[in-house]
Amino acid sequence: MVTTEVKAREGRRTRRGGNARGAPSRWIAPVVTIVVVIALWQLVVVAFGIPNYVIASPVDVGRELVASWDMLMANLWPTALETVLGFLLGNVVAILIAVVFVHWKTAERSLFPLVIFVRTVPIVAVAPILVVIFGTGYLPKILVAALISFFPTLVNMVRGLEAVQRQTMELLRVLSATRRETFFKVRLYTSLPYLFSSLKISATSSVIGAVVGEWVGAQEGLGYLIIQSTFNFNVPLLYATMVVTSVFATLFFLLIGFVESRVVTWAPKTEF
Amino acid sequence: MTVAASTRADPDQADIVLDDLELTFETDRGRLTALQGVTTSVASRGFVTIIGPSGCGKSTLLRVIADLLEPTAGSVSVLGVDPEEVRRARQIGFVFQDAALLDWRTALDNVKLPLEVGGGVPAGTEPADPVAMLELVGLGGRAQAYPHELSGGMRQRVSIARALVCNPRILLMDEPFGALDEITRDKLNTELLRVWQDTGTTIVFVTHSIPEAVYLSQKVIVMSANPGRVREVVDIDLPFPRPADIRESQRFATIAAHLRGLLEG
Ligand SMILES: Nc1ncnc2c1ncn2[C@@H]1O[C@H](COP(=O)(O)OP(=O)(O)O)[C@@H](O)[C@H]1O
Ligand SMILES: [Mg+2]
Repeated sequence: MVTTEVKAREGRRTRRGGNARGAPSRWIAPVVTIVVVIALWQLVVVAFGIPNYVIASPVDVGRELVASWDMLMANLWPTALETVLGFLLGNVVAILIAVVFVHWKTAERSLFPLVIFVRTVPIVAVAPILVVIFGTGYLPKILVAALISFFPTLVNMVRGLEAVQRQTMELLRVLSATRRETFFKVRLYTSLPYLFSSLKISATSSVIGAVVGEWVGAQEGLGYLIIQSTFNFNVPLLYATMVVTSVFATLFFLLIGFVESRVVTWAPKTEF
Repeated sequence: MTVAASTRADPDQADIVLDDLELTFETDRGRLTALQGVTTSVASRGFVTIIGPSGCGKSTLLRVIADLLEPTAGSVSVLGVDPEEVRRARQIGFVFQDAALLDWRTALDNVKLPLEVGGGVPAGTEPADPVAMLELVGLGGRAQAYPHELSGGMRQRVSIARALVCNPRILLMDEPFGALDEITRDKLNTELLRVWQDTGTTIVFVTHSIPEAVYLSQKVIVMSANPGRVREVVDIDLPFPRPADIRESQRFATIAAHLRGLLEG
């Protein structure tokens, strides 16, 4: 606790000193934590002589990452494709529906309960249904990733579009602004911080969607690799696949965060 | 009430005429009479302040004049016509308590907003230069700053510049300096009087502050609550221009005491 507080204060001091982005002290703490955890993991596996078909050690995983690099990458691409297409599809549809909801209250009132209901259906249950309908190609995985992106964005986007302050709405009325002007000059901007917070959530969850879709039925992809290595007791490969999956998810998340920092320039900087 | 009767301007001279205005809200807990029997007028190029306890209908009254609310009974005429016509003709500027700036626009772009929406300025009227408006409120140097980079006082200046950019005949201000510290408020009061003299717009100003009301206005409308009514209209016979230290004068103190008595009684 004490150390984090000291770190935080140092971070602030560096920023005030004009060293805007670099502030290395902010990165030291998490990096040290990760290194310590990995070292402990290695130590435990070696000290207790745990066989690598139960828990793989970091060294095993590293070796596997190097040895199977080409195969891992070959399986990353389908998953990445499904993730990104699903992310785009789910979010674009969610944004469009949110726009309709905000301008047509009857639609919102009659459809929102249905949306909430569908949202409670677990995605692991939906994936097999989609595979049964659409076969084992890319499409069902894209749809699972889209579905998992869709709900948080729909909810956040509706909230964001309606988050215009009462006085701002009154100002627009005093200025006799049209609905179109209200939408493009005010609602859209007001919604962006809300939109990006759900885009960052769906960046990582759409990866989960694609992987879960692959579990149900696929001949390639990281989800397929996870299932295969589990069946073959190839635990180092399982861990290596997991590492690739989460590095990919993290990069996708950071990309969205970067886009956000470029688009939402007016708000005080948020850290991600 | 006698003061109200004596100062009621002849309709040719008045920009705003309210006659037996009544406004009731239908709420979950029944009907709420926010305004009742409000009859008053605001002279052209006048500076009138509305003061009264919170909930007495001050904001509601401004909203009726701005065509944001419709009265339930009585009549309201602005510049001799219906408020809606005046709003469509861009003759009304409104300054809200929180500046209501668009966070994603620079100060200058915020001031330009009225020129970009609602068809801009109607033909035949000349808009003001947004840059000149920012200079008028003393923010010429901060045109490219974003709202989050400005202090509360600066944000409110931007919103005043925005309200003035269409050269409105009427400027409505709802507790615009209510959230500011006293020093900033006094300073902005002085500047507002200067802006008023420079632009010649009619100002209706709502405040909680007795000194602010006395310092700024030619006429103070004192309201009472439940239901919102005009209690009395007080003429402020302090000469213009008003130096900052007029607040220390005996006459000022006497008027302020009179207003306080009305508000407490
Ligand atoms: N939109 C509304 N719906 C219902 N009641 C309202 C609404 N706006 C204001 N009121 C009520 O009308 C009364 C006058 O409000 P307002 O004009 O805001 O008072 P003031 O500005 O003097 O504090 C208050 O009792 C308030 O609760
Ligand atoms: Mg009010």
